[in-house]
Amino acid sequence: MIHFHYHDVIIVGAGLAGTRAAVEVAPVADVAVISKVFPTRSHSTAAQGGAAAVLNNNLKRGVDTWLLHMFDTVKGSDYLADQNIVEYFAKEAPKAIIEMEHWGTPFSRMPDGRISQRDFGGHQRTRIAHAADRTGHALLHTLFEQSIRLGVKYYPEFFVMDLILDEEEGDYVVRGVVAYDIRTTELHIFQSKAVMLATGGGGRIYKITSNAHEYTGDGFGMIYRKGLPLQDMEFPQFHPTGLYPLGILITEGVRGEGGYLINSKGERFMERYAPDFKDLAPRDVVSRAIYTEIMEGRGVGPKKDHVLLKIDHIGKDAIMEKLPEIWKFAKTYTGVDCTKEPIPVMPTMHYMMGGIPTHHETGEVVADVGPDGEVSKVVKRLYAGGEAACESLHGANRLGANSMTDTIVFGRRVGKHMVEILDTIKIKDLPEDVGKEQEEKIKAILSRNSGEKVSKLREELQETMWENVSVFRTEEKLIKALDKIKELQERYKNVYVEDKSTTFNMELKEALELENMLNYAEALVASALFRKESRGAHSRVDYPNRDDEHFLKHTLAFKQEGKEPLIKQRNVVITRFPPQERRY
Amino acid sequence: MKATFKIFRYDPDKDKKPYYKEYTLDVEPNTVLLDVLNDIKWHYDGTLTFRRSCAHAICGSCGMTINGKNRLACQTLIKDLDTSKPIKIEPLKSYPVIKDLVVDMNKFYEKMFKVKPYLVNDNPPPGREFLQTPEEQKLIDEAYSCIWCGCCTSSCPSFWADDDYLGPAALLKAYRFIFDTRDTLTEERLRIVNDADGVWRCHVIFNCVEACPKEINITEYISRLKLKVVTSKL
Ligand SMILES: Cc1cc2nc3c(=O)[nH]c(=O)nc-3n(C[C@H](O)[C@H](O)[C@H](O)COP(=O)(O)OP(=O)(O)OC[C@H]3O[C@@H](n4cnc5c(N)ncnc54)[C@H](O)[C@@H]3O)c2cc1C
Ligand code: FES
Repeated sequence: MIHFHYHDVIIVGAGLAGTRAAVEVAPVADVAVISKVFPTRSHSTAAQGGAAAVLNNNLKRGVDTWLLHMFDTVKGSDYLADQNIVEYFAKEAPKAIIEMEHWGTPFSRMPDGRISQRDFGGHQRTRIAHAADRTGHALLHTLFEQSIRLGVKYYPEFFVMDLILDEEEGDYVVRGVVAYDIRTTELHIFQSKAVMLATGGGGRIYKITSNAHEYTGDGFGMIYRKGLPLQDMEFPQFHPTGLYPLGILITEGVRGEGGYLINSKGERFMERYAPDFKDLAPRDVVSRAIYTEIMEGRGVGPKKDHVLLKIDHIGKDAIMEKLPEIWKFAKTYTGVDCTKEPIPVMPTMHYMMGGIPTHHETGEVVADVGPDGEVSKVVKRLYAGGEAACESLHGANRLGANSMTDTIVFGRRVGKHMVEILDTIKIKDLPEDVGKEQEEKIKAILSRNSGEKVSKLREELQETMWENVSVFRTEEKLIKALDKIKELQERYKNVYVEDKSTTFNMELKEALELENMLNYAEALVASALFRKESRGAHSRVDYPNRDDEHFLKHTLAFKQEGKEPLIKQRNVVITRFPPQERRY
Repeated sequence: MKATFKIFRYDPDKDKKPYYKEYTLDVEPNTVLLDVLNDIKWHYDGTLTFRRSCAHAICGSCGMTINGKNRLACQTLIKDLDTSKPIKIEPLKSYPVIKDLVVDMNKFYEKMFKVKPYLVNDNPPPGREFLQTPEEQKLIDEAYSCIWCGCCTSSCPSFWADDDYLGPAALLKAYRFIFDTRDTLTEERLRIVNDADGVWRCHVIFNCVEACPKEINITEYISRLKLKVVTSKL
């Protein structure tokens, strides 16, 4: 049975970006948010350290300005971020944070009652607003709460499978989404005037990641499978300090509060790699440094495969007040009491800088670029925000604490765009056969009694990505990974599940997620192969230098059935800061 | 080493009634229980069903009853459990079972929404943040960190007796706003918790405190709410 719904605006994703947009739209239009998990379980809740904004509450390292925040972000991005977007972001960030405070976010405070700010990597000033080390939880609950107050309609535990697209005056246009209710496996068609994808990132294509199990890049998959481009996918971020060996995140806030990394000789090795910023260099720099230490034999432990993060010197009281969750993670999962001993850490896959490209002015999803590298086609009324989107704010390397601010700054902007256009739109009937394709797909997976197991294919993908497409890359390894992905895509055609139930079939959901994973992993590796230079988080051992002449461009990857992905380049917007050598 | 897990199973599509199924696996003292469940699902029995997302005790998805105690699977390690006999894993009590370890938490959410879980401040917002001292913030610092996992309310004998009772999580939420110096809806909030289904149903049994994976002293906050109710002129 297929159910039909209409809402003016459909938002896919109940994390910070999705709920922020919903709160913007709710006072003026009928908005519904669809999420595959209950809203407060969205991955944003796991964010720890804080959100960057120029508030000038803590002048320890000097007066802050939006221009400085902009510069730090552009430099952090290795000059690949679009500077018009970064400027908007840096200017809007303080407003966005203050708004959250007014809505109730329980920020940590300075003695005089203002929001407390801490240090983070790559930021020259003390600008990270935080609620202890559970800032994501504090922000997400605030937005969810305010959305309840405004009567936002939620469809929790609904899995969105596909966008409903159409064509209009040479552009694509979105008409809604196809989803199913996880509880019943019944299809639901959602028709709307505008759709926002706020589906978050996709670290689960890697074996070791700080990301939630639900982080399977469904939004990337939905776009790419339709032949629409994904941008700058070659830049997944490896966070330097994942808790060894699980990969659970140990926030950069630990180093922001005075922690530092040491190798097996007890050396504070970051002093060698980043003489000025040391342990607070950006993540790409620190992750490479850790790997280099390990490769040169200075790792710790029986396998010499990780390093140590020391924080005990700031004192037990400071740790318990500022980093209570970190203390507990380390204690629970490794038995380490970080008020007494260092925490074992290693890089962990953490964040997707790339994602769904959006138009600088309208915020709509980009469908194509012309030979001049400028946007030539969009998907009207389809928006993207948060980690799923590539606006592009983070370029080749995101600065810590810029992502949460990104979600609320651009979530709000998407909300405003949607509100502006709603009145002008007439609803068109959906095609007769809407939902049939998805119904068939589910039926096919459920009815197959043997074939390839979901978990087996996923594990092979995760292993391949971790081995071949992590911090340091070579052409040889990338080709190996792409071949493997193609093999897995072939085998996926025969995927089956043991669970045949129509009630809460999580194995079916995992099968559908895997399809998305195998798709954007392909875009990621193909983009990494194309970019024959080293920039930000993308380090090619075979092309160790940055090559602005050929690659100061965004990469767009398009799926081509039965062929290699098509790669195009999109221009980077440079306004205030011409590219320079990047030193820390 | 080997350990046996005795897991509650029920799929309404095919089972007339629930049953327990045992799985014996190789584990290490440091193995996380959630990883055991994943291991079973991915390698032995694809039909086993449970919720999970973050894998580090912050999203609140994986609350379940483990050897009779409500806990998060992702925060429970094998070394915390007695492996000499089968480890019993069941869905959280007092919420209807949907399938296996997945429960219907709508009753729980309804209670959360009843206490108006959002900051209300009728004053025009200042051009900057509302000021709140660290001491004032401390009043709510622990209370706001609730992850809505439902472990507490499910463990509460008063809630078992009558599920109209708001329960510990919703009362904690009410506390979080009543004691937030920025909130101005205090009187209405106090009325809600002073209702027949409110604070007076709490008999200070402390089950909720024991069940809370975030180690929040919920009973203490409910006591402060009671005091606030009696000292306010409602
Ligand atoms: C451990 C950790 C710590 C972090 N710490 C920080 C930090 O200190 N500072 C910072 O700035 N950033 C931090 N980040 C990054 C930041 O938290 C995220 O990038 C950001 O929260 C993403 O928010 P979002 O709204 O884009 O997506 P999410 O919060 O992930 O939400 C995604 C939503 O999409 C829904 N969804 C996905 N697919 C589907 C589908 N197919 N159908 C229906 N719904 C779907 C999900 O249910 C969910 O509601 C951290 C990240 C991690 C992993
Ligand atoms: S999986 Fe998030 S709390 Fe256990």
